[in-house]
Amino acid sequence: MSPSLHILQPGPQTTVQDLGRHGFQAYGVPVCGALDGPALRLANALVGNEAGCAGLEIRLSGPTFEVIGGPARLALAGAQAAIEVTVGDETRRYGAWRALDVPEGARVRLGALTGSGCAVLALAGGVDVPLVLGSRATDLKGGFGGNEGRALAAGDRLPLGEWAAQGPCLELPAPPRASGEVTLRAVRGPQADAFTEAALDAFFATPYRVSREADRMGMRLEGPPLAFRNSADIVSDGIATGAIQVPGSGLPIVLLADHQTIGGYAKIATVISADLPLAGRLLPGALIRFRAVTVGEGEEARRVREAEIARLIASLAPVREGARIDEAALYHANLISGVVTGQESG
Amino acid sequence: MAGGQAMTARRIDARARFLPVGDTAFAVEFGDRIDPAINALVHRTAALLAEARPEGLVETVPSFRSLLVHYDPLRTSAQALQAFIGALELEDEAGQAPPRIWRIPVLYGGEAGPDLTEVAAATGLSAAEVIALHAGTLYRVYVQGFLPGFAYLGDLPEALDLPRRTSPRVRVPPGSVAIAQRMSGIYPVESPGGWHLIGNTPLRFFDPARTPPTLFTPGDGVRFVPVGADEHAAIREDVAQGRFVPDVEGAPA
Repeated sequence: MSPSLHILQPGPQTTVQDLGRHGFQAYGVPVCGALDGPALRLANALVGNEAGCAGLEIRLSGPTFEVIGGPARLALAGAQAAIEVTVGDETRRYGAWRALDVPEGARVRLGALTGSGCAVLALAGGVDVPLVLGSRATDLKGGFGGNEGRALAAGDRLPLGEWAAQGPCLELPAPPRASGEVTLRAVRGPQADAFTEAALDAFFATPYRVSREADRMGMRLEGPPLAFRNSADIVSDGIATGAIQVPGSGLPIVLLADHQTIGGYAKIATVISADLPLAGRLLPGALIRFRAVTVGEGEEARRVREAEIARLIASLAPVREGARIDEAALYHANLISGVVTGQESG
Repeated sequence: MAGGQAMTARRIDARARFLPVGDTAFAVEFGDRIDPAINALVHRTAALLAEARPEGLVETVPSFRSLLVHYDPLRTSAQALQAFIGALELEDEAGQAPPRIWRIPVLYGGEAGPDLTEVAAATGLSAAEVIALHAGTLYRVYVQGFLPGFAYLGDLPEALDLPRRTSPRVRVPPGSVAIAQRMSGIYPVESPGGWHLIGNTPLRFFDPARTPPTLFTPGDGVRFVPVGADEHAAIREDVAQGRFVPDVEGAPA
């Protein structure tokens, strides 16, 4: 029998996500999928899954769940958080970036994320919800995919795929860390010519702050409004993830995983795919800058990023014996830095 | 690029320009306006690419006048894929009849179409004239998008041309038949919306359990057929029971 998770407390927004629903944007179906794709791939690698297995994307904190029907192997990646595992009356604390085995009946509680607004919890065997249009990603707006097309709620039971423990639990010896300053590289266009030269210069020269209006669809930025040559409106065309669209207010919106497939606002630039996970991790209040790159530089940056991810996955090693120290306490003492980011000037 | 010169094959790079959209996509833009001939080139290009499946192509997203091409930069590059696409040849297809014409039953006005009276007032027509104009037009499915299964149907008669509502609704019920600018559309799922709601259809336009997940295909024709409240309710019941088959007008081969 395969194990399940019985959700006791869901967290602010925990959704089932994989690497996205590709191939149906022509029908108006958004891609969705993990905001931090590399975190999902790393978490899956830690528990021995294929890269694209569905896991749980966690925003800010949580969830708390009970493991039923069998033991589970899990790993958190993308942000640091205390993972408390309670078996009987004994509670142990662990950190992110490592797999751990939890027995049937264990209660697992994930605390607040630090270093990123989102993280991914992978479970050996993957979250086994039905495939919808080829993916297990949750489409929150469309109300399908994932766990009944919505974020997790208390009382949900999430089936996991079958798995067999093969080998010891793995850890990532040197978790990725980012510098404080967040710079998103972006390619000008497709409608850069809708803006004045001054607006284009300002866009790449001025820091922007992530506003409170930030979710899986996109994040609205605060900063100097950008001026149009004529108007913000274009004949609607296709939108890529990372597109920076600018409505009449002149304030840019960076479109993320759940963005709509087409739209009628001019797009000044597009965040390159290598930096999209960084954008997905940002929290309201974060200061960011944009740096212009060419398409070719963007493609090269993606190859570099893929090589880094491959190197991280190749570096996974069995959890060191004797490392039974309270990892979460270490993180809280700030001896080990998290992944990211962005809140330093908040 | 206007109609009239049917069957002239020309390379895509002579008809379109490529616009940069980051490092995983680019747009192939055939024009700057909403025009059936331009839109036909977009969909024809999408079909050509679906057949040719060049290395590294992920998916394409057709819109009114451009095709967004998503690619995998680990398997190809914008440069290589644009060279491939640019060399493809396209024929003009303007003036071609739609392959099939859907007949969509609509209950106009009342609760089903709360803006009908307002639309009549704004256009200087009677409600009956608005209905006659809206239902008397053969529409073309230009694009599906923004929402899963939302089809942009054009062109709306000029007499019904209105800007979007100044304050969009937070919740538009599914099946709402709406107009704005020179388009009509049907909300497939409940969503916010700024178009004028003039009626409701009980049909379903998006089902993620099916492939393809939408009723319409770009290039299809659509005609709205006024029905009364009783027929609307009866069709709604048939749809719920899964026994409703939408009407399609005889398709010319």
